[in-house]
Formats: sequence, C-alpha cells, structure tokens
Amino acid sequence: MKKRLKAGFDFTWRDMEVGNVITEAGNAALRKTGDWRTQRPITDTEKCNKCSLCWLHCPDAAIKPLEDGYYESDLFYCKGCGICAKVCPKGAITMIEEEEK
Amino acid sequence: MSKRIGLEASHAAAEAARMADVDVIAAYPITPQTHIPERLAEMVANGELNAAYIPVESEHSAMSTCVGAAAVGARTFTATAGPGLEYMHNVLYVASAMRLPVIMTVANRALSAPLSIWGDHSDAMSVRDTGWIQVFCQNSQEAFDMTLWAFRVGEDAGVLLPVMVHFDGFHLTHVTEPVILPEQEEVDKFLPKFHYPFALDPDKPMTLGAYAPPDIYSEAKIAQEVALRKSKDVVIKGFEEFKNIFGRCYHAVEPYGMQEAKTLLLTMGSFSETAKVVIDERTNRGESIGLINLRLWRPFPFKELRQAVKGAETLIVFDRCISFGGPGGPVHSEIKSALYNMPRRPKVVSFVGGLGGRDVSMKDFEHVIDRGREIAENGSKGLYETVGIRGKVTDIRG
Repeated sequence: MKKRLKAGFDFTWRDMEVGNVITEAGNAALRKTGDWRTQRPITDTEKCNKCSLCWLHCPDAAIKPLEDGYYESDLFYCKGCGICAKVCPKGAITMIEEEEK
Repeated sequence: MSKRIGLEASHAAAEAARMADVDVIAAYPITPQTHIPERLAEMVANGELNAAYIPVESEHSAMSTCVGAAAVGARTFTATAGPGLEYMHNVLYVASAMRLPVIMTVANRALSAPLSIWGDHSDAMSVRDTGWIQVFCQNSQEAFDMTLWAFRVGEDAGVLLPVMVHFDGFHLTHVTEPVILPEQEEVDKFLPKFHYPFALDPDKPMTLGAYAPPDIYSEAKIAQEVALRKSKDVVIKGFEEFKNIFGRCYHAVEPYGMQEAKTLLLTMGSFSETAKVVIDERTNRGESIGLINLRLWRPFPFKELRQAVKGAETLIVFDRCISFGGPGGPVHSEIKSALYNMPRRPKVVSFVGGLGGRDVSMKDFEHVIDRGREIAENGSKGLYETVGIRGKVTDIRG
C-alpha cells in the first residue's frame, strides 16, 4: 500500500487488499491531504514572536517547528483551514488565495 | 454412523452451528427465529458447545458484534428474521465489504405494517444487494446442510464472504421433520479450521474498515463485486464436497420433473416442496411440466438458469414478496432480466402469493400453472397476478 499511495493512486481495483485492509500501521502520513486547500498560510517573521500557538492549534499537525524557532506549515498536509491565522496573537499569519503567488 | 432424528429447521440449524464448533454467537431473539439462538444458548450453558454466547440489545448490535468477532478470526454465527434483518441492514454491507465470513440463518418473515410475525420473502428481497452469498432451503434437512455448507464456502480462503441461509418462518422453523445428523468426524472432514488471513492481532497492527475517499471507493466496490461473482466456483465446489462426504446432492439451480418440459414453474424455499407434489401428479399424467427450485440467490446463477430453461415455452415464477410499484415479483424480475438477451427464451409469467404466512396449497399451485399457461398464450392486462387474494385485483398495470 505504501508504494501505491506514493505513486499517486495509479493502482487499480486488482491492487486492493482483501476487505480493503491496510496491513501497515501509521501510513496515513503518506496521504496528501493538502490537495483540497483553497488558501494557504503565509508567516511574517517580522511579527512572529515564536509563541507556538499556531503549532498547538493546528488540527492536522501540519505546522512544524523550524531550527531557528519559527514555525512553518507543511503544505503536503495543510488543508488551509486558517485556524493558525485566527489564533496568532501577533497577526503574523495571513491566509492568501492558492492561486496568488 | 449418522443418525436420523426429528428436528425443526431452527434446531437443525443450531445443531449445524454446534457441529461446526462456532466460537462466537451474537444474536437477538425475534419470532420466528427464536428457537435458533435459544437452542444455542442452551448448548453453551450445558457445556455442549464451547463458544462465547453474547446476548445483545438489538440486531444492529448482533451483526456489529459478529463483524468484530470475525475480524479476530473467530468462527461466527447469528440468526434473525424479518424486521431484525432490516434493523441490521447497514451492518450487513460492512460484513461483506470487509470480507468477514459471518454465517447467518434467516427465518424468513414478513415486514410490518400491518404487524405480521409470519413468513414470506420480503425480508430476504430487501437484503438482495448487500453482497452476501445467499441460499434458500426447502426443508429442515436442508437447513442443517446449508448452514454447515455456508461455513465451508464463506470461510474458504478464496472467498471470505458472509453467507445467509434462508428458510421460511414457521413453515420450516417450527415444523419437525426427520433430519439426518452426521458424525462429528464427517463434519470435521468437511469443514477445516477457520483461518482468517487478516485477523486482528496486537503484535501485528493493521487497519480494518478504513474510510475511502472518492478516489478509492469505486475500486474497493468493484473488487468486492468481482469477489462475490467469483465465489460461485467455490459455492459449486462446496456442493460437490458436501455430496462426497454426506451423500446429499445440491445445485445452484435444481430442475425437477420432466426434462426439457414445455412449462416450467420456478419457486424458492418451502414453496418448492408443495409444488413438487403437483408436478409429480401432472408428469404422471404425461404433462410436459417441470419445476425449477432456485437454491442459489446470490451470486445469481445465470448460466445454470439459462441451461435449465432451455426449450421451455412458458416459465411461471411464483414470488413470496411484492415489489411495490415495480415490474412484478422481485425474483420474476431477475429471471426475466437474466433471460432477456437469449435468442430463444420462454415467456415469463409472474405470480405473487403466500404473503405474511398465507398458506399456499396444492390447489393454488394448480391454479398458478393453468392460469400461467393461459397468460403466456393470451397475455394479461396486469403486470403480475396474485394468488389467494379475496376480491378481484385489477389495477396492477404498467
């Protein structure tokens, strides 16, 4: 199943395990959940005070701490819900439309 | 040596589950199924059967418990009837889609309202598309045989699907008939130990019953559909193995009476035994008439049915269920659709009767045959005709 997920769902019905059993544990991490996002968060490090509230509140654990103490959203998982932008006490996170550069 | 004793179909089915040495039974009592779980509960309490008997608070819980039990690799059995089958309806789909070979006997019962505890096939027809292997029984012996056979087929490594064994409420569940019970060694020879390849195991974590987004669901359903259709080979092989060990011979489609008869009657379940008496009398008089007892309902035996009706001019299908607002009896609709593309096919006539426990006598079968031939020849204004209804039925039009 691992390979198939990585291959971007190009497997056929013949590749389904009996009863759709997933034989490896913890492979939900392989699934790209960020593909239905319409907005993405942008962090202004000038305003960010590294309080970690965005990291704590992200419902998908898509925000990861960086070595320099700032936080970054992993767009492979981020669904663009905007909770991080809402909870940021400094207004450092802005949600921008996906099509915007 | 096998022994011949008097048993009702309910106790025969319970006896089959005992001899299959089931691990888990989860059931909720409902007339006319009650004697099945009652007898099994007795067996467990008396130490005749080493199984977990789980009394649940509903049929929905009964089937959910069976799903869980089968998922750990337990040989699992339950029984229900009519509204109980409806109450577990959505979990039936879970059992088949997760490929868990739960075995269930259904004491066929009418559906309310008006409230009826008596038999017909409304319950069976409503679960037609749930993905279970389904067979119908004509008598108590078959209730035993088919239940035992169901474990053999459902648990087969190449099948892994749940199986429903239907027998008519009261007409079979509460009627004592001679039943031949085999020796335990014979049963053990027929039925190997159950080995579920994906049994839940704390040392080997797996995900069972995960959700499927739109890009997986369709593939999952087609895989399930192909598995059910492919199971027919094992269904037939199971009948053959059964015959080799126990001597009784079953088929997906069972023709009876004159070979290549011009008129054929098609029935399911206990109807078939009464019909056979009428067919016997008529063939003795030299009439070109036969009966088809449709045993295997799912996967539908298309090839066998087409073979069995070859050369027939009239095929009369007698349903025990109304398909409200539909094209006729539900079995009749399927038969018609199965034969539609044949270059030469019999005229198919639909009758509905025996609803909610109404007795269907030999006289009724005589009427169905005579009137069926008339309809085949001259046509009928209605989509189907009824049997034994008081008052002229005139408004069943297309």
